[in-house]
This record gives sequence, structure tokens and C-alpha cells, in this order.
Amino acid sequence: MKILVGYKRVVDYNVRIQVKPDGTGVVTDGVKLSANPFDDIALEEALRLREKGVAEEVVVVGIGPADLTAHLRNGLAMGANRAIHVVTSDIVQPLTAARVLLKLIEKELPGLVIMGKQAIDDDANQTGQMLAALWDRPQATFASKIEIADGKVTVTREVDAGLEVLQADLPAVITTDLRLNEPRFIKLPDIMKAKSKPIDTIELASLSVDAHDQLKTTHYTAPGKRSKGVMVKDASELVSVLKQKGLL
Amino acid sequence: MSKILVIAEHLNGKLNPSTARAVSAATAIKAETIDVLVLSDKVDAIAKEAAKIQGISRVFTVERAENAHPLASMLAPQIAKAAANYSHVFVPSTTFGKDVAPRAAALLGVAQISDVMSAEGSHTFKRPIYAGNAIITVEADPSQTVVATIRTASWPTAADNANSAPIEALDLDVALPTHTRFVELKQGKSDRPDLQSASRVVSGGRGVGSKENFEIIYKFADKIGAAVGASRAAVDAGYVPNELQVGQTGKIIAPELYIAIGISGAIQHLTGIKDAGTIVAINKDAEAPIFEVADIGLVGDLFKLIPELEQAIG
Repeated sequence: MKILVGYKRVVDYNVRIQVKPDGTGVVTDGVKLSANPFDDIALEEALRLREKGVAEEVVVVGIGPADLTAHLRNGLAMGANRAIHVVTSDIVQPLTAARVLLKLIEKELPGLVIMGKQAIDDDANQTGQMLAALWDRPQATFASKIEIADGKVTVTREVDAGLEVLQADLPAVITTDLRLNEPRFIKLPDIMKAKSKPIDTIELASLSVDAHDQLKTTHYTAPGKRSKGVMVKDASELVSVLKQKGLL
Repeated sequence: MSKILVIAEHLNGKLNPSTARAVSAATAIKAETIDVLVLSDKVDAIAKEAAKIQGISRVFTVERAENAHPLASMLAPQIAKAAANYSHVFVPSTTFGKDVAPRAAALLGVAQISDVMSAEGSHTFKRPIYAGNAIITVEADPSQTVVATIRTASWPTAADNANSAPIEALDLDVALPTHTRFVELKQGKSDRPDLQSASRVVSGGRGVGSKENFEIIYKFADKIGAAVGASRAAVDAGYVPNELQVGQTGKIIAPELYIAIGISGAIQHLTGIKDAGTIVAINKDAEAPIFEVADIGLVGDLFKLIPELEQAIG
């Protein structure tokens, strides 16, 4: 089986993002970029399935500008067999991303697609679900455990009410939650090896996907700041302040 | 004029309060009608509860054995079919809504707006990105159905008992797939208030130190009638089950009182509590980032301070 892994590049999770004063966006120049943390988990899971003999090939897919190739090399260094880079300089919204991935699926015929549950930049949490819908295949979102046997996948999902277990026929789309696994670190020799692994580049424009952005972002603002708090000296002062405010 | 369909979230025959919050978002738009859709294998009790929500016109029900559990691949085609008569489909931005709404949107061939915080107009909404560190205003194409998930922490629960909307069965005639099967739901049993709707929440973090030590958090929460939450660190360390996680990747809550105990305050955690009325931080590290957002801070050892707090409360 072949596993396709969505591998987005985002502003590193440790960066404190700044909104541009004119409200046209957030400052991304010179800011550290990294793999979306949920996508690292997705790739790790795919690699573990390959190590168990469930999968033979792991392919990472990225959609983005020309310099995204370097990011995809990280996925190859982590252990993916090859990469596909869909090249576009436009910001791609989830529906367009899902349509692009569907095109690749039609060509690659994977047995499983694993993606992060959300990207930490747009926080949309949509692409995996949209892909499953367009592909007309099962989805298992927020996965914290994946078991594959006899052409079926059993997934434990982190839902508000607790842990839900569902079973689905393959092929399917799974999106990863934080507790699925602990992604491995990239070792230096693997970075060298990754240089010789293949990366296919495809122009998004050549895929005849409707890349029209249906949602228009008109303005960016910084969130409202909370007013400066006060420090209290001990437990009894805290309780009396809370009682004064009618909170206790 | 807008016609809005709100998808009801429910579990074990009970309507989830997130549904009435999504109705609040719908009433913020001048709508001609707001209807609620209940998809279940047993709709009656849920539909009756939904019918009481103030502001709604009708409750539509689809009773099918396939709707016994909230499987997105079953529910999304029905939602997409029902959406034909509406300009907007609103779903609570809970794990239920996040799972099903994008699938329904893709079937309709439309983009989805996630985590709507406010409505500026019928097709203009505000939503958070970058873990709540930026707020964007997005405009949807008025010629298409708007599919949106509603950030529950941003909207009040619409009043109930103030309405008795008519309930009608809907025949959608949608063929459903057989490729996905529900196996089980493992639920943590708790008599405490629900984390997402509680007016008071006490959360513990890594500083609590162990699963056993977390009893002190539970006991304190019970003392003040609060729900219990946790940081990711506490969940990852196995102190508490994952459904208690508060933050960007857990639950986003807006209680009147939030007490963070032994939580340093990573960006991802703060995202989950930004809309809380009053934030109290108790931490032994005076430099912890949680103090930057706390309305009231207290520096000290939680194991010493919590018993003192309990005593002071009386």
C-alpha cells in the first residue's frame, strides 16, 4: 500500500505572530518556518506503518511556492520515499487544497491518506474532511490510534465526549491529533540521503483545478488585549477579591 | 433575506448546549428563518428540546438507523441535501461540527468558514487564525451557500423554554455509504459541570506533578462548583484524560471565572481561555507567561495555597 501524507509549511509554532499595522496580513518576512506540527505526526505515523510492513511507500505532498522544495526535503530526511511539490505562489485555501490532492490521488492511487487535523496558521481544520468528501471515501478525524488489518482501518478519535472508535474500509482519509505519536528527529546522515530522493514538481495551473479563492480576507486585526491584571499577596486576599467581584 | 439551517449536536438523546450557541450566531444575522435540523435514530426527545430554543422557526427531523452515531460520512450527505433550501448552514465548532461541516461544504462545492466569532453582516464574519493571535474578517460569496462552524465560546446560549417551534419530519431520500462503521464511545464518567458550558473552570497543568496530585484540583473544583480542565502538558503526562484539554487543539472555553493552577501559559493554552471573564493564575514562577493575561495573579506553591483557599472560602 502507498500512503500519501499532506505536509504543509507554516510559521513555527513558537513564533509570536504580529499583525501588520495596516491590517493587510501578518508579518511573515524573516520569520522561522517549520512543518505544521500535526503533519509531522501524520508523516511519523505513515513511516511507522511502513516499518510494520503495512505500507510499502510513503509520499509527502506539499502545495506552495518554489522554495517549498527545501521543506519537502525535511520530510524525505525524516523517511518519506519521495515527494510531490505542487507549485503555486498563491495562498491555497482548504477546498482548493482538497481538489489538488484529489487530482494527485487519481494518479497515485494511495491506500491511505494521512494529514494533520489542522494547520496552525489558518486553524481551518477542513482539508482532510473535504478531500474525503470529494473522493467519496471514509474519514477519521482527530486520530489518536490507528490499526490496519484486512483492508480495514480501526481509528480511535479524540472527540469532546471522550474517545470514539470507528472502523472504515480502505482507502480512507485520516487526520491526526497530537497524541497519535511522538515524531522522530531527523539525523544528519538522513539529510544527506534525502538529497538523492526524488521530488516531482507539478504546476498547480497544469492540474485544471479551480483555484479560485471563495473566501476573501478583507482585514487582519490583533486580538483585543486584556487589561493589566493585579497581583494578590495570599489566598485570603484572592478569595476576598473574587467574592467582591461576585465570582465566588 | 437569509435562511439559516442550524445542525443540532446531541448525545445519548440529549441536545448539546452548543446548538443553542449556534442559534445565537444565526440570530445575529437578520434572517427570515432559522430552522434546526436533528439527525438521529431517535429524534423525539432531541427535537422537543430544540423546539424550545428562542428565535427558531421550525425543527426538522430525519430519523434513520444510520444516524445513531455522529459519523460524518453518514450525516454530511443529508446536511448537503437539506441545505438546498437555505442560504446558510451553521454547525457548532465542536469536534462534531469540525468533523461534519467541511464534508458537507465540499459536497456543496463551497468553502467553509471555521470558528465564527462574530457576524459583521450576512456574508461577512470574523474568525481567529494563528492560535487566536490574529483575527481576520472574511467575506463569503453571496451567490453560494455559507457553511460555517460557530465558535461556541464567542456566543451566548440562546434562551430556551421561550419557544415551541413546530417539529416536522423531513424525507431527504439520500443514499448513504456503508464504508464507515461506529464501534464504540469511551466516555469519562463525571458528575462535574460540563467543561464547555461551565461558568467556573479550574485547570491544572504540569505543576500539579502527578495523576494522584490532581485530586487536589478535583477537590477544589468541587468545592466551588467548577468544571475541571487541564493544559496539554498535564494530559500528555497522563494526569487527566484528553477531553479535559483546554487550548488551541483542545477545548476553547469562556467561563466567567477561570483558575489556572500550575499552568505556565503557552500560547496554545491561552488561545483556549482568551474569552474567559476573569482569569486567575496560581503559579510558583512569578515570570510565567500566564501572569501576562491573568486578571488576578498569586505567586506561590499550589499545594500550600489550595488548602488555604479552601479555608478562606469557608
